[in-house]
Amino acid sequence: MEFCGSHTAAILKYGIRQLLPAGVEMLSGPGCPVCVTDQADIDRAIALAKVPGVILCTFGDMLKVPGTYSSLQQARAEGCDVCMVYSTLDALDIARANPDKPVVFLGVGFETTAPTIAASIAQAKQQQIKNYSVFSLAKLCPPVMKALLDGGEIKIDGIICPGHVSTIIGSKPYEFIPREYGVACVVAGFEPVDILMAVDQLLVQLGNGRPRVEIAYGRTVSPEGNVRAQELLAEVFEPQTARWRGVGEVGGSGYRIRDRYKEFDTERLFDIKTGPAKEPAGCRCGDVLRGVIRPTACPLFGHACTPERPVGPCMVSGEGACASYYLFGESDGR
Amino acid sequence: MCVAVPALILSLNGIEAEVDIEGVRRKTSIYLTPEAKVGDYVLMHAGFAIKVIDLQEARETIALLKEINAAG
Repeated sequence: MEFCGSHTAAILKYGIRQLLPAGVEMLSGPGCPVCVTDQADIDRAIALAKVPGVILCTFGDMLKVPGTYSSLQQARAEGCDVCMVYSTLDALDIARANPDKPVVFLGVGFETTAPTIAASIAQAKQQQIKNYSVFSLAKLCPPVMKALLDGGEIKIDGIICPGHVSTIIGSKPYEFIPREYGVACVVAGFEPVDILMAVDQLLVQLGNGRPRVEIAYGRTVSPEGNVRAQELLAEVFEPQTARWRGVGEVGGSGYRIRDRYKEFDTERLFDIKTGPAKEPAGCRCGDVLRGVIRPTACPLFGHACTPERPVGPCMVSGEGACASYYLFGESDGR
Repeated sequence: MCVAVPALILSLNGIEAEVDIEGVRRKTSIYLTPEAKVGDYVLMHAGFAIKVIDLQEARETIALLKEINAAG
């Protein structure tokens, strides 16, 4: 299984699945932060955008994700102030420029992005930017890997671990996987050759029957990772139970803003109320995210659900498995 | 969302760096990589340098790429 959606995109874009020998199957995992955001959290983000005066800043991927009744894009069309940003620093600039308005950053992302969110909170505190807050939906990858392995729905022999998540956390947090589950792990980069190298190393590990954690992306990943970023994460956040689309609640898989930064925690500043969340009828994003089905097995794929008119989040994000299968013409079900 | 690209640091002003990404100039923060220097390649994600790239390792990958291309 390639955990990361960017790996899925590269594997399909470069036709890597067709290059692999028979018997080697690549399965995409839940490594797309937009895709795994729970429907109720999407609804809450849209509700926040509708609070009068609020400027909601978000990465572009989140705009088109359908909630139960609407999307951020639709909320923007209805007059809500929803800003697309490339960096949390842009959101801080917007907060500085609009001191009379609450500016909320929609904090979606994995360990790669979480330090940039933490940095914005630390800088907001230091510079006393009082109208900035973060709606933290940031998540950690190793706990959900454990949840998938414990679920036992699919038989995974090896995992291609996410390259840029590992740039931050290092390769050590995966060591429980070969030790407790006997599953091989290789951290990979995103060039085609990086991925082929990782597949090769996984096959060697499986061949010699000694699964372990290896790094095939040494130019940016070390066993220890970026310690400065980890310290900042620990300073600003604490782990909490988080809900993942398709997987459900996973203990210790979410980043909650610590009490010492509570004035920057959107959830403690606003009472966000939404009705019961409902996922779109027929949408099988949850099964795709757990690797139970391939995107092409979803009845909506390519018909009712396309990147132009996505029904589920896996068709929205550039890292979503459905979008990758759609864009790169993979429809043979292999 | 975890997309990150290599960038060359052209100049530094405190924690703000000007970087070159394949000919495009952008500002980035070295808040998460305070050890970064002018002339370093960094991995850039969402406006932040998240790692100084190990050039020795990068050269080994490039050599491997060339080897594969030559074989192909």
